[in-house]
Amino acid sequence: MALEMSAREAYGNTLVELGKENKNIVVLDADLSRSTMTRFFAREFPERFFDCGIAEQNMMGIAAGLAASGKTVFASTFAVFASSRCYDQVRMCIAQPRQNVKIVASHGGISVGEDGFSHQSIEDLALFCSFPGFTVIVPADAIEAAQAVRAAASTYGPFYVRLSRPKTPVILDDKYRFAVGRAVTMRGGWDATVIACGLMVAKALQAADALAREGIECRVVNMPTLKPLDEDAIVKAAEETGAILAVEEHLQHGGLGSRVSQVVAKHHPVPMSFLAIKDCYSPSGKPEELLQRHGLTAEGIAEEVRSLISRKGQ
Amino acid sequence: MHFRKQRVNKKSSYPSASAKSLSAEATSSKEVALALPLSIEEMERKAKTLRRHIIAMTAKAGSGHPGGSLSAAEIVTALFFNHLRHNPSNPRWPDRDRFVLSKGHAAPLLYAALAEAGYFPVEELLTLRQLDSRMQGHTDMTITPGVEMSAGALGQGLSFGIGIALAARLDRRDYRVYVLLGDGECDEGQVWEAAMAAAHFKVDNIVAIVDRNRQQIDGWTYEVMDTEPLAEKWLSFRWHTIEVNGHDLSQIIAALGEAKLVKGKPTASIAHTTKGKGVSFMENNLDFHGRAPTPEDAERALKELE
Repeated sequence: MALEMSAREAYGNTLVELGKENKNIVVLDADLSRSTMTRFFAREFPERFFDCGIAEQNMMGIAAGLAASGKTVFASTFAVFASSRCYDQVRMCIAQPRQNVKIVASHGGISVGEDGFSHQSIEDLALFCSFPGFTVIVPADAIEAAQAVRAAASTYGPFYVRLSRPKTPVILDDKYRFAVGRAVTMRGGWDATVIACGLMVAKALQAADALAREGIECRVVNMPTLKPLDEDAIVKAAEETGAILAVEEHLQHGGLGSRVSQVVAKHHPVPMSFLAIKDCYSPSGKPEELLQRHGLTAEGIAEEVRSLISRKGQ
Repeated sequence: MHFRKQRVNKKSSYPSASAKSLSAEATSSKEVALALPLSIEEMERKAKTLRRHIIAMTAKAGSGHPGGSLSAAEIVTALFFNHLRHNPSNPRWPDRDRFVLSKGHAAPLLYAALAEAGYFPVEELLTLRQLDSRMQGHTDMTITPGVEMSAGALGQGLSFGIGIALAARLDRRDYRVYVLLGDGECDEGQVWEAAMAAAHFKVDNIVAIVDRNRQQIDGWTYEVMDTEPLAEKWLSFRWHTIEVNGHDLSQIIAALGEAKLVKGKPTASIAHTTKGKGVSFMENNLDFHGRAPTPEDAERALKELE
């Protein structure tokens, strides 16, 4: 069993390191600092931490005002509240003025689990990708989360970083270097490519292992940055493997799959398929049960790749 | 009912505060030679000039919001031409006082004040709402010198202002933040989230000024969404609260001076005003909330404002 770590814990620890290195960093939360792990920072730097209470819209406005005054601001809450609850506040105060605000949200996707649809975030990537000038990142594991948070702190402009609630397998090592807008080929292959983000990358790697035992060599590309996209990696995958499956823990429309398909359609059309959350809200349940319902498992990915390959050259 | 013991200051209960605040102004302008504060009479003339610009701009543009711009002319005049520490030749001066226009539809008023203060040429005002003009229909902080916030979607300026005020605390700077809200804007829930937060964080370098012109697009505020008792609301949110006649410059100046002396809590000023103030046929006339004067209207209005 691979080592498992939660990305939000990595976020909390990284914020403390950043706080020591950079006095200009300010952190806001909306009464969820025990879940988003910003409480680590709050403990170390109480004067630079503001708990805004259960008032996310106000928090985004305060974040923007601090940023307009030269601060590097991290604002955290659950993904569902950061996106749909505050869309207009983020649009007016952060996106349009290109403020240096980093919205790092935990509890992304349906792997929130038992809390049910009110807390499951399935539209957030579409919403944040819709803002002109926003950088949108979904790290694949705790290692990548820590580095993405560092990159956000050192790169000017508005960022959205989506983290998961559960502990997930660590699939990258300490030598890994994250760069904004750069995809990473996790496994080589020539028969098809799976492009995934977040906790689906680990499942794609498991699927590729299973497919290899059948003689199918499936490339796995980790696409942590949804915006701006690594278009070169997508075109290369289309040219070299002739089929692409996009996998994400998000609605099928407006997220990774939609964005990848635009690039494929424009530059090198090949058969594509999409594994994502169907056009519906999900009930309470264990994270794995919910993911299974949408085929977001290693078996589901392998199955989809087989059927995709059968469409090649038709 | 602890808050009832506090006083809602009425009108001229603080006659001496203005002189004190003016002398404090003069000594704090250290970096550059700033324009001298105008006298009450000079400000009265300046407010009239701003009103003439508002009429001319919106008439030329053929659209815009003259009513809520005219109502706040004295408030904005008092800030830009007497009270604020600012430098039009250095709009991003880190120690400047910030004016945040939360009611972004009063953009013509802000542009008129900025132009008169020297942030950009007065002639540019007449490009209001034209393609690629710096005089956008609602404010855009990324392109217009002196504009602190992109606004137009209501209810957000106070939150933004709190962020600026907290940054002053972290950076140990002594600038102050002034946020102008509409009374209709106070329908927005975010205003009260922000009101609660400012008191909680004990932000005492922020002043919220509510342009209480009693009208919003669909009618009188008491008909559309009754915000009364408005002053008591701010008081109960633990703000030092001052009610003034928003067209009386000495009252506005005195209230701004009083706010500077308040420590440990934010100050709200409810400025009672008349929508469309200064032009007889626009006063209290809902039609001019979001409609520009016709050329004939403008001619009549400008005559009244001579």
